[in-house]
Amino acid sequence: MVFTGTTYKKINTAQVLDVDKVRKDFPILARRVNGRPLIYLDNAATCQKPRAVVKRIVDFYTRNNSNIHRGVHALSERASGEFEAARETVRQFLNARSTREIVFTQGTTDAINLVADSFGADFLSKGDEIIVSGMEHHSNVLPWQRICARRQAALKVLPCEHNGRLRVEDLDRLITENTKLIALVYVSNVLGVRNPVEEVIRRARARGVPVLLDGAQAVAHFEVDVRALDCDFFAFSGHKLYADTGIGVLYGKEQWLRILPPYRTGGGMVQSVGPERVRYAGLPLKFEAGTMHVAGALSLEEAIHYLRKLGFDSVRAHQRRLMDYAEGRLRALDGVTVYASPSRRYGAVSFTIDGVHPYDAGLILDKLGIAVRSGTHCAEPLMRKYGVGGMVRASFALYNTRDEVDALIEGIRRVQELCGECKSTRSLQ
Amino acid sequence: MREDASISINEIQEQIIREMARLDDWMEKYEYLIDLGRDLPPMETALRRDEYSIAGCQSQVWLMPRMRDGRMNYVADSDAKITRGIIALVLRVLNNQPPRDIAAAELYFLDRTGLRSNLSPSRANGLAAIVKQMKAAAAARMNT
Repeated sequence: MVFTGTTYKKINTAQVLDVDKVRKDFPILARRVNGRPLIYLDNAATCQKPRAVVKRIVDFYTRNNSNIHRGVHALSERASGEFEAARETVRQFLNARSTREIVFTQGTTDAINLVADSFGADFLSKGDEIIVSGMEHHSNVLPWQRICARRQAALKVLPCEHNGRLRVEDLDRLITENTKLIALVYVSNVLGVRNPVEEVIRRARARGVPVLLDGAQAVAHFEVDVRALDCDFFAFSGHKLYADTGIGVLYGKEQWLRILPPYRTGGGMVQSVGPERVRYAGLPLKFEAGTMHVAGALSLEEAIHYLRKLGFDSVRAHQRRLMDYAEGRLRALDGVTVYASPSRRYGAVSFTIDGVHPYDAGLILDKLGIAVRSGTHCAEPLMRKYGVGGMVRASFALYNTRDEVDALIEGIRRVQELCGECKSTRSLQ
Repeated sequence: MREDASISINEIQEQIIREMARLDDWMEKYEYLIDLGRDLPPMETALRRDEYSIAGCQSQVWLMPRMRDGRMNYVADSDAKITRGIIALVLRVLNNQPPRDIAAAELYFLDRTGLRSNLSPSRANGLAAIVKQMKAAAAARMNT
């Protein structure tokens, strides 16, 4: 691979991402922020949307808007058809067996809450245990904390090491006959560490324990095949995959979804309603009460089409190269600590600057046009593990460039200059 | 009517607006704020107690309001440098002012200097809450 500026000349494989061209698909990237060109490195929080995705949403509202699965009129039929086609696109994307296993949700958080609530209602009782890891996003801790408290069950933590490695070998000890489920983040939103979920699932399977994967930070960075993984549940958000906010997916094995009780009740999820008894609709509609975010589902389909057109492999290869480059440059900086040291990092890298509060770094970088995230990243247990009050996180998407990484490095140097201990020479008096 | 010749809240605000108008861009503003924060006497660790803490998602702020000779005397601090600088400015405006004036004060210098944008997300820092609490503390002491 040869790098020339922001475009790559590929030697071996056929398809190379033309980043300069791709950036034109994202109108927002052309705007200026605080008088400077926007450098958007907060993609783990949410990705920007390509024109095709925005157009799909506009098209829906200007041409086909209607409620789904209810009306017999033409627009409703069409909207329902598009919605179900989107479900099929998601099924293919995850390689699920059937669209009955694809539930549209509001996002990852909503999907995990669904499982925690429904699973907790029928399969969790006093003395039972749920296992999460030490590097979870709050969205994969708090739903379990709450349901465990309600059911008088215990929440146990599978620890990770300082370098970010999950202590998978502890699992055999941690799993007991009371363990009812393992909920694990696939890729850490802070560290960019990809957990060995295959190994976790293998060990869990041997003990008959189901596994839920929080895939929010995974889907944009490598192929996910839920059948090959053999996970029981998999959750992700559309907006971290270039689609709209407010749409996400819960994949659940059909055998599970069949027996789990509904999460919310209301319109659209019933077959018949009597005075005392109700027959719920079949899968997956049983879990889709109320009016769904139809435009969101279509935007997710469009985002998947968009990525397929660019070529998943070339997108992911570009992102990996960029991450390697960013990691190398960050590690070469004096006074900067990069957290965890996985052999390969996906999407996000977090660091602190000696003597600099992450909040100050975030503010200063913002004024340089660089959008990063600072703070606890909704992962306070992990912050405590590293003994810091917060970190700065840079996270990358398919449209980011080496020039932007260079700008980040320059920005960090400015932060160091400004926040350094020696008093500046400037005087107002 | 104020009996002494001390400078009023609005006069100090005008001073700050004039000073900051000389700063060309945000980098200079931040440099100025960081310098101010550096000169702000740090709050004793023993005082950084929960009762004085205003928690933010990203940076923490501590505020201890006191009254001395009929005037407010605040001690405040933050773990972030830019926040400390803004605190130094707010203290410069409000410290040693009568509680009645503080309770009625409009801190327009925050808008005029563009600093308000650093205060708005109350989740991100405790600054928005600190001004509110300073005024509340002053209001509570108005009749004492």
